[in-house]
Amino acid sequence: MTANWQGNGGLVAATVLGLVLLLALPQIVDPVMMIELTSYVIMAILALSLGLIWGYGGILCFGQSAFFGIGAYAYAIAVINFGDSTIPLLLSIIVPGLFAALLGYFLFYARITDVYFGVITLTVTLILYKVMGATSGSQYVIGAAPLGGYNGIPAVPPLNFPGRPELALSFDGLFYLSGVTLLAVYVGLRLMLKSRFGQVVVAIRENERRAELLGYDARFYKLATFAIGGAIAGLAGCLFANWGMFISPDVFGLAQSAQVIIWVIVGGTGTLLGPIVGCFAIQWIATKLGAQQLLNANLVLGTILIGFVLLVPKGVVPTIGDALRRLKFCPYVAPLVEQRRVP
Amino acid sequence: MIEVKNLHSGYGRIPILHGINFTMKPGEVVGILGHNGMGKTTLLRTLVGQIKTTQGRIEFDGRDVTFASPSERARAGIGYVPQGRDIFPLLSVMENLKMGEIMRGGESAIPEMLGHFPVLKDLLERPGRGLSGGQQQILALARCLAGRPKLILLDEPTEGIQPSIVDLIAEKLGELKASLGLGIILVEQDIRFIRQLADRVLIIQKGAFVAEISPDQLYDREVVDAHLGI
Ligand SMILES: Nc1ncnc2c1ncn2[C@@H]1O[C@H](COP(=O)(O)OP(=O)(O)O)[C@@H](O)[C@H]1O
Ligand SMILES: [Mg+2]
Repeated sequence: MTANWQGNGGLVAATVLGLVLLLALPQIVDPVMMIELTSYVIMAILALSLGLIWGYGGILCFGQSAFFGIGAYAYAIAVINFGDSTIPLLLSIIVPGLFAALLGYFLFYARITDVYFGVITLTVTLILYKVMGATSGSQYVIGAAPLGGYNGIPAVPPLNFPGRPELALSFDGLFYLSGVTLLAVYVGLRLMLKSRFGQVVVAIRENERRAELLGYDARFYKLATFAIGGAIAGLAGCLFANWGMFISPDVFGLAQSAQVIIWVIVGGTGTLLGPIVGCFAIQWIATKLGAQQLLNANLVLGTILIGFVLLVPKGVVPTIGDALRRLKFCPYVAPLVEQRRVP
Repeated sequence: MIEVKNLHSGYGRIPILHGINFTMKPGEVVGILGHNGMGKTTLLRTLVGQIKTTQGRIEFDGRDVTFASPSERARAGIGYVPQGRDIFPLLSVMENLKMGEIMRGGESAIPEMLGHFPVLKDLLERPGRGLSGGQQQILALARCLAGRPKLILLDEPTEGIQPSIVDLIAEKLGELKASLGLGIILVEQDIRFIRQLADRVLIIQKGAFVAEISPDQLYDREVVDAHLGI
């Protein structure tokens, strides 16, 4: 009965569709657009990570790009030192995951609430921006990797086949790897949200006090969700460092932090598809706007965001989902987690 | 099984409870009667840890839980069905039930609960908010019991619920009390309901117990009037 598009059938369909797109796009899209598309895919992984912790965990994080940036830097610094990319890749997941766990520990266990949590995470991100920006002198090196201040780290070596540094990932390869990673993260999160752990996370978002009274330590579950989200963002950061072969403190900037939030708002919180759709759509529009001179790109994007907040407050995907469900006249066939705007 | 000594608590700086004392044996059902605003809900909230104890001591199963967190107390075996029931509105009935049992190892208590409350069987896929008040009350009770608590606190379970469901709940609680040795603290305004279940009744006024009576005395118009002055 619940085998609607949010059920397992939907999951298989989404996976197949994702794989088809992954194989077909390079055939039909021109090479310049493929470069763009690869970055969209990478950013979609970042968007998913925020979709998890905000949309499902109910954790208002304005600093998701901090974990993204830490992942990117961890990878860049490690791969310059190690040569082989296997351990750097793992570090790009583990370091931001641990950083999120540490930050989350202080914030959740101190019972910092919504808005303050948002403000603090944003502040941490901006501090990282300043700190990394201040590393321009030659004394700021980690092993063989100069940090480079606001100029960042250039010539970041690409990922390679594990243990074989001479087998470096090509740019086409990066598209496929990013696409597979996005799919894997999506499927993994879907399964996680269906598990007991995921159920508890969602229940805590719905009513934290009640979950506690049923015996769940909400702080622990939030911390775990936050750390998972941080680790996923870090992985996206690693791919991003590969994409540009470059990383700079700009990843910790206000613009980057705001973008992720906009993707999730436009796509819709409380779904996993929403952040992906929002990320692709907004980036595509931004690219198109950047290519013309008639209108100011930021102005148009700002208008779109305000329009969405006012007219489609739930975001694209939940709104379409609602419409489909209404058409089927099945008031009780709700998805596992009802799409709902999380304040 | 629970021993409460000189319990004080309140909201912020407003004190509500002023020295609550009582003890309960395993399997005992204690009714708590009192007018609106006398502190019944506040007492239950303090017992489960939702409100901090400002003075006094709560011992459960021989363990001091005065400063334990709500989740620790729940895991220790204190179940709570609050006024207003607190169903997760967007989770399905089944998911709500699972939330109730997760913390206990061993066999799932859900099939047993569905045996006790067969009405839920047809509703398993529904979101909690799609249930009527009576169905929600049954779900809240079943969810609480799915965690196999040793003691449950019920806050006005009959409030706003149709008589047939009130009878069903009374019957089931009576059975469970006998079969599981479940302790129950029952806050109620429905005198008939309390009379059916309680072993003894405590009267609360302005945040303290002022009298203990037997359920039989609730038949006595004078006693009822004296304590609950209608
Ligand atoms: N959240 C709250 N904040 C402040 N005062 C409250 C709150 N909830 C209840 N009170 C006050 O505490 C007193 C006891 O309330 P309560 O325990 O709910 O009574 P009862 O359950 O017996 O009707 C009342 O005077 C009520 O106004
Ligand atoms: Mg009350």
